[in-house]
Amino acid sequence: MKGLLVAALAALLSSGAVAAAEVRPGVVYDLGGKFDKSFNEGVYNGAAQFSADHGVEFREFEVQNDSQRVQALRNFARRGQDPILAVGFQYASALEKVAPDFPETRFAIIDAVVDQPNVQSILFREHEGSFVVGIIAAMASEGGSIGFVGGMDVPLIRRFACGYLLGARHANPDIRVFQNMTGTTGAAWNDPVRGAELAKSQFDRGAEVVFQAAGSTGLGVLQAAADAGRLGIGVDSNQNHLHPGNMLTSMLKRVDVAAYEVFDSALRGEWEPGVRALGLEENGIGWALDEHNEALITPEMKAAADEAVRMIVAGELEVHDYVTEGECPAK
Amino acid sequence: MESLTLLVLVLDSTLRLSAPLILAALAGLFSERAGIIDIGLEGKMLGAAFAAAATAALTGSPWAGLAAGIAASVLLALVHGYACITHRGNQVVSGVALNILVSGLSAVLGVAWFAEGGRTPQLPGEARFLPLEWPGADALRDVPGLGALYGELLSGHNLIVYIAFLAVPAAAFVLYRTRFGLRLRAAGENPESADTAGIAVSGLRYRALLCTGVACGLAGTYLSLAQSAGFIRDMSAGKGFIALAALIFGKWKPVPAMFACLLFGFLEAVAIRLQGAEVPGVGEVPVQFVQALPYVLTVVLLAGFIGRAIPPRALGVPYVKER
Repeated sequence: MKGLLVAALAALLSSGAVAAAEVRPGVVYDLGGKFDKSFNEGVYNGAAQFSADHGVEFREFEVQNDSQRVQALRNFARRGQDPILAVGFQYASALEKVAPDFPETRFAIIDAVVDQPNVQSILFREHEGSFVVGIIAAMASEGGSIGFVGGMDVPLIRRFACGYLLGARHANPDIRVFQNMTGTTGAAWNDPVRGAELAKSQFDRGAEVVFQAAGSTGLGVLQAAADAGRLGIGVDSNQNHLHPGNMLTSMLKRVDVAAYEVFDSALRGEWEPGVRALGLEENGIGWALDEHNEALITPEMKAAADEAVRMIVAGELEVHDYVTEGECPAK
Repeated sequence: MESLTLLVLVLDSTLRLSAPLILAALAGLFSERAGIIDIGLEGKMLGAAFAAAATAALTGSPWAGLAAGIAASVLLALVHGYACITHRGNQVVSGVALNILVSGLSAVLGVAWFAEGGRTPQLPGEARFLPLEWPGADALRDVPGLGALYGELLSGHNLIVYIAFLAVPAAAFVLYRTRFGLRLRAAGENPESADTAGIAVSGLRYRALLCTGVACGLAGTYLSLAQSAGFIRDMSAGKGFIALAALIFGKWKPVPAMFACLLFGFLEAVAIRLQGAEVPGVGEVPVQFVQALPYVLTVVLLAGFIGRAIPPRALGVPYVKER
């Protein structure tokens, strides 16, 4: 008994020591900030979970402006953080510069492709999930109008918008979909007042449901929806708890799982560079159904959403991807 | 009919967007008319927004939040006064220093107290200033014309919006019709003669800064308790500087300054509505163009129509009683 205990303890200690020697995770967040209740916070949750599971400390940094990106990555690499996870497509050019200087360090980036031998690029097929929540939104709208508020006007966000539009049209070919982008600079991720005004302008034109893909700006969008008694759809993390009763669902982009997997594969020694694409099939994308929104999701909506998921996973339905194929086919 | 509704909606949004600008511009008016440059409007608004949101989050009362917001803003105004009235420091430097201080301090305190990355917790409805529906607004809503005007445009704003618009005639009255206002303007135009007439210039300037603090406090509270539901880092987003521009635009007079604020608010509201809309003959307007529009129009108006703005004569000059 005693021997067993000692052995277990020794195993625990040694595994801890090995782990600490092998991975020293670092996370650099995007401009929306670590606690945006959405994209960055999802990554944080994944990293914190990994830290709790394996007793490995991780370092993190929130950039305040674009010029800090290179510096933040370089700092972490120089201090020996490994692997380093860059959150957001806006790190692509910074990582392009830094990665070759630290060939021994493993980097990962979410939402962009950086073609370097020591970088893993993680992409999500957001159009698939947006398609599904588009179906749900269209079915929840009685008057036939729904809206979308994006953050910065970039192809990635257009991909959300296009998937959503196609999903809504799939459920109701006559539906009107209003689309707005908050801005064209990084500040567009962090402007809830403008987000709320954009949402109000859509409600005034008759929109009953609004889907946001706008980081912290989206909190203003969802707040406006709750204030106006309309429905909001959250993004990235499960945001249903923000305004129970006014949150139709959330489009889940499991960045937490992706972050966890980056560190865990490094710990297992199975980390590989290259491109990983996560979608409905890999459970990297999904939609949220929990106690906060179950009253709003009718059995028909659930059936339609599940059917769409099944068809996409089975390859019977291909959702147009704005980023690779350009120009959304529907208007 | 469609276009009338659209117009009413844009004007409605104009009122919401220009209310904090008007309050901040009036705040600047009091300070600058008394001879003190106030670059720090931005910082005072931000400080008030943070104090209001933090207090409302802890107490659950918007009134406590409003009081805290005004207190924070008045405190900052007094610091400004201490630096540049009592110690005759450079007014621009002091203002800029306050802006930088508040921008950093609010984020640091936010992280320390609420651990949400410098944000305060999302406030529930009862801790905020919610839209006030005027009596009969619902009944009139379906009446063409009148319903839109009364139901949408006049009714359905929150308390601080109404205060902002009532504050304009109030400020004009104080400035032009009371003894305090006359002396305040004298302190800004020609402090030596005011002093000769037996008026304590520094005391007067301090009192002007108190007015500034209160108005800025209202503006900041509006940002975090009415327009949104909580404080977000740097949420004033340059509104203090826009208000300052509006004040200069309005030649340091309350009513013209209000119209300048309304113009800025209107341009922003139009920019938001125009996004993704089809303009006849042009097609869909690019987002970038729409967003640049307010700035382009500002430059055009400033260059072509407004003419020379003459500041109060003693603006920026610390008053020295004797050499």
